[in-house]
Amino acid sequence: MRMDNKIDPKELEDFPDEERPLEYQTETGSLNIFGFWMFLGAEIVLFSALFGTYFVLIFRTDSSVLPTELFDMGLVLAMTFTLLTSSFTSGLAINEMRLGNARRMMIWIGITLVLGLGFLGMEIYEFVEFASEGATLATSAFWSAFFLLLGTHGVHVAMGVAWFIIILIQIKMRGLNPVTANKTFIASLYWHFLDVIWIFIFTGVYLLRLVIA
Amino acid sequence: MDPAWDEFIITGEPFILAGQIAILVTTIGIIFILTYFKKWKWLWNEWITTPDHRKIGIMYIIASLLMMIRAGVDAMMMRTQLAAPNMPFLGEAQHYNEIFTTHGTIMIIFVATPFLIGLMNVAVPLQIGARDVAFPFVNNLSFWTFFWGAMLFNISFVIGGAPDAGWSAYMPLASNDLSMGPGQNFYLLGLQISGIGTLATGINLVTTIIKMRAKGMTLMRMPMFTWTTLITSLIIIGSFPILTVALAMQTFDRLWDAAFFTLQDGGMPMMWVNLFWLWGHPEVYIVILPAFGIFSEIITTFARKRLFGYTSMVFAIAAISGLSFLVWVHHFFTMGAGPMVNSFFSISTMAIAVPTGVKIFNWLATLHRGRIRFNVPMVWALGFIPNFTIGGVTGVMLAMAAADYQYHNTYFLVSHFHYVLIAGTIFGCFAGTIYWWPKMFGVKLNERLGHWVFWLFMIGFNVTFFPQYFLGLDGMPRRIYTYFPEDGWFSLNFLSTVGAYMMGFAFVLLVYNMYYSYRYEKRETSGDAWGGRTLEWATSSAIPPHYNFAQIPEVKDQDAFWQMKQEGVDPNGVEEYQDVHMPNHSGNPFVMCVFMFIGGFGLVFHWWTIGIIGALGIFACMIQRSFSRDDGHIVSAEEVRKEEAEIREGQANENG
Amino acid sequence: MSNGTAATKKGHFPWKHVVGFISSIVLTLVALWIAFYSAFSVRTIIVLIFSLAFIQAALQLLMFMHMAESSNGRIQVGHILFSAFVAIVVALGSYWVMEFGIHLEHHM
Repeated sequence: MRMDNKIDPKELEDFPDEERPLEYQTETGSLNIFGFWMFLGAEIVLFSALFGTYFVLIFRTDSSVLPTELFDMGLVLAMTFTLLTSSFTSGLAINEMRLGNARRMMIWIGITLVLGLGFLGMEIYEFVEFASEGATLATSAFWSAFFLLLGTHGVHVAMGVAWFIIILIQIKMRGLNPVTANKTFIASLYWHFLDVIWIFIFTGVYLLRLVIA
Repeated sequence: MDPAWDEFIITGEPFILAGQIAILVTTIGIIFILTYFKKWKWLWNEWITTPDHRKIGIMYIIASLLMMIRAGVDAMMMRTQLAAPNMPFLGEAQHYNEIFTTHGTIMIIFVATPFLIGLMNVAVPLQIGARDVAFPFVNNLSFWTFFWGAMLFNISFVIGGAPDAGWSAYMPLASNDLSMGPGQNFYLLGLQISGIGTLATGINLVTTIIKMRAKGMTLMRMPMFTWTTLITSLIIIGSFPILTVALAMQTFDRLWDAAFFTLQDGGMPMMWVNLFWLWGHPEVYIVILPAFGIFSEIITTFARKRLFGYTSMVFAIAAISGLSFLVWVHHFFTMGAGPMVNSFFSISTMAIAVPTGVKIFNWLATLHRGRIRFNVPMVWALGFIPNFTIGGVTGVMLAMAAADYQYHNTYFLVSHFHYVLIAGTIFGCFAGTIYWWPKMFGVKLNERLGHWVFWLFMIGFNVTFFPQYFLGLDGMPRRIYTYFPEDGWFSLNFLSTVGAYMMGFAFVLLVYNMYYSYRYEKRETSGDAWGGRTLEWATSSAIPPHYNFAQIPEVKDQDAFWQMKQEGVDPNGVEEYQDVHMPNHSGNPFVMCVFMFIGGFGLVFHWWTIGIIGALGIFACMIQRSFSRDDGHIVSAEEVRKEEAEIREGQANENG
Repeated sequence: MSNGTAATKKGHFPWKHVVGFISSIVLTLVALWIAFYSAFSVRTIIVLIFSLAFIQAALQLLMFMHMAESSNGRIQVGHILFSAFVAIVVALGSYWVMEFGIHLEHHM
């Protein structure tokens, strides 16, 4: 609501040291960012339920193949660094956006997208590998919890990729304005958040399971 | 699973056949009336696509009332079946199982929650002096996810078979092995779809309340209903994702052979119970806290006194919200977790009684020396205090883990939660509806009928549920479909059934009162129907204009409107009108939710193609929304001035 | 394309992001080392690697996501802390309850 009502800069001193960034310039934009933080709170709880289930079912492999035989830390590290780097590059995109460089911003988003797709590729490879060794969603309680947690994260990444593509098209069509800047900023928040979740997957899914084996 | 057509549509049950005929006749009737009076366009433009918080609130309330009728009929059937030993009324246990399952699920998910959300929608933006909620488009979407989720759950009654594993759907009872057929899938997908909307509403309301309050309204000047809405919305954000995950896991177990809660492959049925109550207990507070807020508003208005202990009230709500996440195990003490676990949850549960007690005393102290008017909303609020306290006290009895082994799964528990949910939530919903009715429809509900409704319902409620405490102590388990004469439970059960019919009659009278008052009651002329204290009563007309306030009022006190009236300030005495920016209508949410319904229906029957069509439709709507440039529209200062002048003229004619 | 309203910054180099990125990589490698090459007890290892994960998450939220900026920064931070509280209750609480209150070491 109130798209074109610019906030009176004197009224709110949100950014005392600098000018108000583009994505915060409309009231709608400001509401969207705040609302998205509320949504991220919900996402934290969503993943915590998946993690909790994984912890509870962590020894319940039944007679299926053991995760210690399948987890490949080399691949996991590659995925971790890919996603970490993509989080960094999407941060750089926002940095450029705040400097007003639309072209450079789009390049960094493009790099983020490539890294994101690379991550998805590796994850799909990992899942196919595991399935060929006999570990699927239906194998045992442990593997159900593993695939649902990792799968939910993977679907989030895929949604993030699609979202960035849609935003890139809109920036191409309409230029960098308060509306598109706002969308880009929120999508980048989402992308960083997926990296935060991955940190816990790296620790709580892979490291933890191998440590207690 | 490929059900044959005679399994697809349920046949051979007289009650279900009656239901099918009723649904068919009603549907044809609605279509005929809409077509005959050429109302399709009106319905689409004025209601289905509306971003207006008040209209969305009204739609929530109407839908919840319809759901209440449906689940109320279930309750009547249960009580009839249990009226005497060996009753042949429902025939077999299966039918009874389905009825108590749908009764519980609908009452919690499709009545209590949306009813309160409807009242929040009507009142909160007005109370904080906003023109609408933060995300009007999402608000419309939330309503339709609730509506289509409820529809998906409800058609299980006639298509495919209703779920029968209880509203808590414990595994392994709800698994494919023990709940065959698609019934349980309807439960999973219906709740999943409506859960999305509830979460979105939570986010929407937090953003609205934090970011869109009128100038001068600090957090500690917010009306109590706005406070409870804020805290409730935070609990929604913290708890509904857990339900989403739990439902998804059970769906995977049932549809794709996952092993989360199964008995084989290392699954853990009690993990479902754990996750369900991790959501379920906060949900209890989601449906009680707003009711507390409603009673606070009503008690201050009709006692004509400032709320006693405002600050302690706020801290009590905040404390309840934090504790609500730390008590879930008291729903399954009998799982037999270690003494540490059960002791911890026993103590945390009892601790909740402390802030709740603070609130009860605050209400009593507010009444003390108030100049009380006994209007209908007030009698509901006064009825709430003693009745809810009975529920609360028995709750503390249940909180003692060792004693709970005796009470667990008996009618003592059934009576306890009906005492808190009816005397708290349902009384609150009724009181709030009657209180804000003039805000919604510009007319008060008839007071004489209203008092009749209250006394019949309140007495009926106690006649129904008070005997159930003793049935429970006498060992009658819940969820049994019949009992024997030698059990000795006949007289109390019969009494309970009599009370249930009283409540049913009172509810019918309430609905009739809505019709009667709309036809015959005097229209309200001002926005201040009850001598209110908060901003929702400061609007220029009884039904607020669609922009709510021509000029956003400035708040100087906790009881903002009361203070204005004391100082003779007219909140609508605007000198210079300004342009007002309002959100646009959109049909996108409705279409998106129809696709959710279609997709969910496909999944229920394992029809993957239909499921994929639903998913693609949802994505298409999301992309359409992302690309559409929806900047809202401007209502010019001139139009606002004209509308305000018309309102004033109308009032002058009425008064003189 | 750009209207350049926000293009008046002093430092152009994104120090915050670079520091955040490098520390993320270092923390990841440290966690890896602790998990597989250190001589700590299993319990200590679990505590340490989860602490590192929380530190890294906080870095991301503050360095990359600007969680604390704008007039609602404090509310945003408060909300994320509330969600983290609920998340810990859900994840650890479930474990504690479903293990019937028996300690983790029981399995080792």
